Amino acid sequence: MIRDVAIGQYLPGHSFLHKMDARVKIVCTLAFIIAIFLCKNFWSLGLMVFAALVMTLLSRVPFGQLLRSLRPVAFILLFTAILNLFYTKAGNVLWHWKIFTLTDRGIYTAVFMAVRILSLISVSALLTFTTTPTALTDGIEKLLSPLKLVKVPVHSLAMMMTLALRFIPTLIEEIDRIMSAQKARGADLETGGFIRRAKALLPILIPLFVSAFRRAYDLAYAMECRCYRGGEGRTRMKQMRMGVRDGVAIALFAALTAGIFLLNHFFAHLI
Amino acid sequence: MDKIIELKNVSFVYDTQEEQKPALRNVSLDVRRGEFLAVIGHNGSGKSTLAKLLNAILLPTEGQVLVEGMDTADEDLVYEIRRRVGMVFQNPDNQIVATIVEDDVAFGPENLGVPPAEIRQRVDDALRAVGMYEFRGAEPHKLSGGQKQRVAVAGVIAMRTDCIIFDESTAMIDPKGRREVLETAKRLCREMGITVVMITHFMEEAVQADRVVVLDSGRVAAEGVPSEVFADSALLRRTGLELPFAAKLAGKIRTAGVPLPDGLLTPDSVADALFAAAQEAEVI
Repeated sequence: MIRDVAIGQYLPGHSFLHKMDARVKIVCTLAFIIAIFLCKNFWSLGLMVFAALVMTLLSRVPFGQLLRSLRPVAFILLFTAILNLFYTKAGNVLWHWKIFTLTDRGIYTAVFMAVRILSLISVSALLTFTTTPTALTDGIEKLLSPLKLVKVPVHSLAMMMTLALRFIPTLIEEIDRIMSAQKARGADLETGGFIRRAKALLPILIPLFVSAFRRAYDLAYAMECRCYRGGEGRTRMKQMRMGVRDGVAIALFAALTAGIFLLNHFFAHLI
Repeated sequence: MDKIIELKNVSFVYDTQEEQKPALRNVSLDVRRGEFLAVIGHNGSGKSTLAKLLNAILLPTEGQVLVEGMDTADEDLVYEIRRRVGMVFQNPDNQIVATIVEDDVAFGPENLGVPPAEIRQRVDDALRAVGMYEFRGAEPHKLSGGQKQRVAVAGVIAMRTDCIIFDESTAMIDPKGRREVLETAKRLCREMGITVVMITHFMEEAVQADRVVVLDSGRVAAEGVPSEVFADSALLRRTGLELPFAAKLAGKIRTAGVPLPDGLLTPDSVADALFAAAQEAEVI
């Protein structure tokens, strides 16, 4: 049912990763993504894949769940793999037909890129699986807070993200209701070509926007009534605290990065 | 009893491009500390406008609204007024800001700058007071209408307000949820001493109040205890209001020849009177 829409894709749990500080998780995820682009050969990449596997096991997120989150990127994955396969001209030619050339180097590159993207997506998925949307936005707000010095409205941005997340399920329900109402009046949403179907969406989008604006208006009143005055002077119920766990994670990440540089240095570069 | 809110000759005109529509005309009214006040009236009687004047969402076109002696027209006092007078709105979805129940209840105290440990305490207390403690980790969109409104009530009492205004908070929810919200409002008033102003068009809710104000075309048409107000059938006809169901039923029973006393407004009181009448007549 539509009532079961989850906000984000958080999976409740009590694992090591769940209990980590959101800020540390965000920074580590970014570090992982950068690190994975620093890998120059299969040895260092292998180390990253190993790290990703360990993290998945630590998070206790079921593998099936993780694979499902990879489905939307399957196309991009395939596309880059094919491109790399035929675009790489270096190396020993294995097969040649008209404009297509397949080299051993091409196969390596394609596999390398695919693995790189796969681990990148899985690690970012792990972040959203183990962190509540609230903790995520709070973490982002805290991490970006130095930007306040250059007058970036960090608090407002974080508040906007929170409200957007809060209203996703409400608006999905609303779309469902409007669609039923328009269908009951004989609207045809399923047949016809692309243009016809796009036009049929108009009677759904207009009421949706009208209602969204009305909601925004109500919400602004409600927030004012609860003494909201922006980030100034605001406290938070849930304080973010870094523990031993986070220290361990940071140390492991530093070791991981060092490992990559060593492996890059001692083994031949592929890319 | 001392006054928590005071309206002095208040008029309010909606200034739209097409016309100037007066919503309230020269209304003077007191809300007494600790009371349960119901404001009733049919559509367009100005009751929602009245609600919005009580915590400075709207400012009177003429006259004065004083909350604990503070004028709502004074911009510097708006924050102080709103931390004393909270509001629960009609649409339960449009007043919840967070993705988790307890985070939403914490929103008010967080805005007030309350220290974290105390917020935690206030949130837990508020959720217990409205009977939603076991749902503290739930996502608001998975709750029923009545539950969402109770979360909204918790959000207000976590701010430790002296007064809560229910602006037709039961209009959009099912009968069960309506009962839950009404019971919560009554309990907060009786047990915690919070002043409740209930704007409603359900007469069943109004009869539970200590005092009823009837609004009609922007004027106060009547003011008094429920048994008085609902005894005046001419007034009810004039203002387009209906008798509560229990009172109507009592009237039918009376015309059928069973002698029932006047001023019966709740199902329980009708049942008791009927039982007494039956005993009197030695039917049972």
